[in-house]
Amino acid sequence: MAAIEMKNIVKQYGDGFPAVNDISIDVADGEFLILVGPSGCGKSTLLRMIVGLEDITSGDMVIGGKKVNDLAPRDRNLAMVFQNYALYPHLTVYENIAFPLRLAGASDSEVDQKVRDASKTLELDEHLERKPGNLSGGQRQRVAMGRAIVRQAEAFLFDEPLSNLDAKLRGQMRTEISRLQKRLGITTVYVTHDQTEAMTLGDRVAVLKRGILQQLATPRELYENPANLFVAGFIGSPPMNFLPAEVKGNQVELPFGTVTIPEERAAKAQGKGLLMAGIRPEHFEDASVVDEDKVSDEATFNATVDVVEWLGNEAYAYIPFEAPPEVAKQLQQLERDLDGESLRTQLVISLDGASRISEGDEATIWVDARKIHLFDPATGENLTMDAERAGTVPGGNAMAKAEEVGREQDDVQPGSDTATT
Amino acid sequence: MKGKNAIGTWVGFLLILLWCLFPVAWIISLSFKSVNETAVGSPQFLPKDATFENYKALWDWPFIGPDPTGVEQDFQKALLNSFGISIIATVLSVILATLAAYAIARLEFKGKRLVLSLALAIAMFPVVALVGPLFDLWTRFGLFNTWPGLIIPYMSFTLPLAIWTLSAFFREIPWEMEQAAQVDGATSWQAFRKVIVPLAAPGVFTAAILTFFFAWNEFVLAISLTSTTASRTVPAQMSFFVGPDPFNPPYAQLATASVIVTLPVIIIVLLFQRKIVAGLTSGAVKG
Repeated sequence: MAAIEMKNIVKQYGDGFPAVNDISIDVADGEFLILVGPSGCGKSTLLRMIVGLEDITSGDMVIGGKKVNDLAPRDRNLAMVFQNYALYPHLTVYENIAFPLRLAGASDSEVDQKVRDASKTLELDEHLERKPGNLSGGQRQRVAMGRAIVRQAEAFLFDEPLSNLDAKLRGQMRTEISRLQKRLGITTVYVTHDQTEAMTLGDRVAVLKRGILQQLATPRELYENPANLFVAGFIGSPPMNFLPAEVKGNQVELPFGTVTIPEERAAKAQGKGLLMAGIRPEHFEDASVVDEDKVSDEATFNATVDVVEWLGNEAYAYIPFEAPPEVAKQLQQLERDLDGESLRTQLVISLDGASRISEGDEATIWVDARKIHLFDPATGENLTMDAERAGTVPGGNAMAKAEEVGREQDDVQPGSDTATT
Repeated sequence: MKGKNAIGTWVGFLLILLWCLFPVAWIISLSFKSVNETAVGSPQFLPKDATFENYKALWDWPFIGPDPTGVEQDFQKALLNSFGISIIATVLSVILATLAAYAIARLEFKGKRLVLSLALAIAMFPVVALVGPLFDLWTRFGLFNTWPGLIIPYMSFTLPLAIWTLSAFFREIPWEMEQAAQVDGATSWQAFRKVIVPLAAPGVFTAAILTFFFAWNEFVLAISLTSTTASRTVPAQMSFFVGPDPFNPPYAQLATASVIVTLPVIIIVLLFQRKIVAGLTSGAVKG
C-alpha cells in the first residue's frame, strides 16, 4: 500500500490535444479518491497515466515515494478494474483471478489459497469453474475485482466500473466496493462520471473539467462550498438552480422576488452588478409545510408551478422563468459542459412529500436564504465560498482556464468534448 | 407460408448438395472399379464388383508396371512429400503471419498501408508468371527439386492471405485485454502468448487450414520445380500416372489417388471446424 502523488501532470497527445493540464493531486495512503467530471475531462487519461498505460508528457508520478514515470505497468504493482472488465474469456473464473499470481510465479498451493480467499470475499465460490461468457454483469464485475484484490497491490484503480450495470446492481456494487476498500484499507483511485458514486464513495473528490482540476475536497465540502459554477452544477441531483441576481445591501433580487441574505455573504458580492445566484432544489420549500418561525416575508415568493413530479417522499416542482440574454448564454454553456441539453430556463424545487401544491397552482415558496451562493457570471467563480471549508481550490480561476483549454481542444479535434472516454 | 419456405429451402439444399457431391461420388465409385471395367467405354455408375485392387496397386511400387517415360512411380514417397512440405509451409507461414498481423493490428508505424497493400499485391500475382524466374533461380541456388524449394514459394504465396485473416481477428480483440494483462504483471510477450494468441485461435486455425489447402493442392509450382519423387508432391505425381498405354489412361487409379489425396483435407476440416467457429471472445467485455 502506498500514497500516490501527482505533481503537475500534463498529457498532450501527438496531435497537440491537451487532455490533462497541470494536475497536482496527493492521494494519501489508504485514501479513497474519486476523479469525476463529464466525458472528455481527462479523468480516464489521468488514471491510465497512474497505471502506466499512457505516457506522461510532463510532471512527476510518485507512488510509494518512488518516481514511476518511466516504469512499465507491470513494474508499478497496481491493480486495475476496467470499465468493460477485460476478463480473459478463454480462462475460467478461477484462472482469471489466478492470472496475476501465475505471472508472478506463485506456487500452486499459494495460488489456490489466495484465489479461494478472494472468491470467498466476493462470493464467487460456486462460479469458479465457469467461463466469463456464462456470467451475469454483476458476476463479471466481481471477477474483475477478484483479479485486483488477489495480489498485494500498492493501490486499486477503478475506471468507471459500474457504468455497465443496471441501476439496482450499481447501488449494491457501490456499497460492496466501499466495504471492500474500508476492510482492505488500500489506496484507491476511482474514475466516474456519476456524481452519486462520487459523493457516496469518496473520502475526497477531484472535479475535473477539460483536463483542469476545478476543486479537490470532501463530498460535503463540494456540496456546501463549490468553488465555481461548474462544480456547483455538477455536484448534486437534481442540479443546483442558477438564477440571475442583483445584490443591493443585503437584499438579493431574484426573478421571483427579493430575499434577504446574511450580511457577511452580501458583503462579498457588493457592487458586482448582475450575478448568478445558485440555490439547490432542496433549499426551497412549500411555505405551508415549513415551520412557522422560519417563514418570513423576506424569504418567500409567489410563483406559478408548471409541472409537479411526485415521488412519495418528495416532489419536484418546475417553475419556468425568463433570464436576461447574458445569463441565458452562460447557463447554456454550462449545460453543455455538464453533458446536458438546456431546453428552457426553469427553477427546480424539491418539495416535501406532504406538500399539496399541484400543477398550475400559484404557490408560496420559501427559500433558505442562508444557503444561497452567488457566482460571478463572467468567470464562474463562487463569490460566497467559505475558503476554509472548500478543500483545495487551485488558484487562477480554473473554470475560465478550462474554457480556454476547451477552445484549444476544439481546434485540434472539433467535437472532442462529446467523445466518450 | 412458413411450411412452403421450409420445403423450398430443403429442395434447394438437396440440389446444391447433388451438384457439389456428385463428382465426388463418381470418383469414389470409380476408385472401386477394376481396370477392365473402366476400359469398357460406357461404364455404369456403381462398380459391378467392387474391388480394393486399385488401392493395393497404388500403395505398392511400382503400381502399374514400368513407366515408358522412366519416371519413378512412388506414390507413398509423393504422399510423404505432400505432407511434409504442406505442414512445414503451414506452420512457418502461420507463425510469421501471426507476428506480422499482430504488429499490423496493434502498432502504429509508417508504411503500414504499404505493407498491407504489398501483401495483397503478392496474393494477386499469378503464380504461372513466376514459374520461369523461380525455376532459373532455384537451379542456380541448388533449391531445385528440394523440399525448401517448394516450401519457400508456398509460404510466400499464403502469407498475405494469412496476414489479412489474422489481422482482422486481432483487431476484434479489445485492447483492454492486453492492457489488463500488462497491469496484472505480464510482459508484452506474455500478454501476447497467454491472452492474445488464445483469443485469436479461431483466426489462427482458419489461416492454418487455408494455407494447408493451398500447399496441399498446389500443382503448377509442384510440377515445375521438381524432377523426381525426392520432392514431388501428390498433385504433380498424379500427372505422371499415364499407365502402359498412352491412349488409355488408368482412370481407376487416378480416381483412387484423388480419393486418397482428398481424405486428409476432409479429416482436417472435420477436426477443426469447431475451432474455426468464432465467438470465442464472447464474455470478455460487457455484453
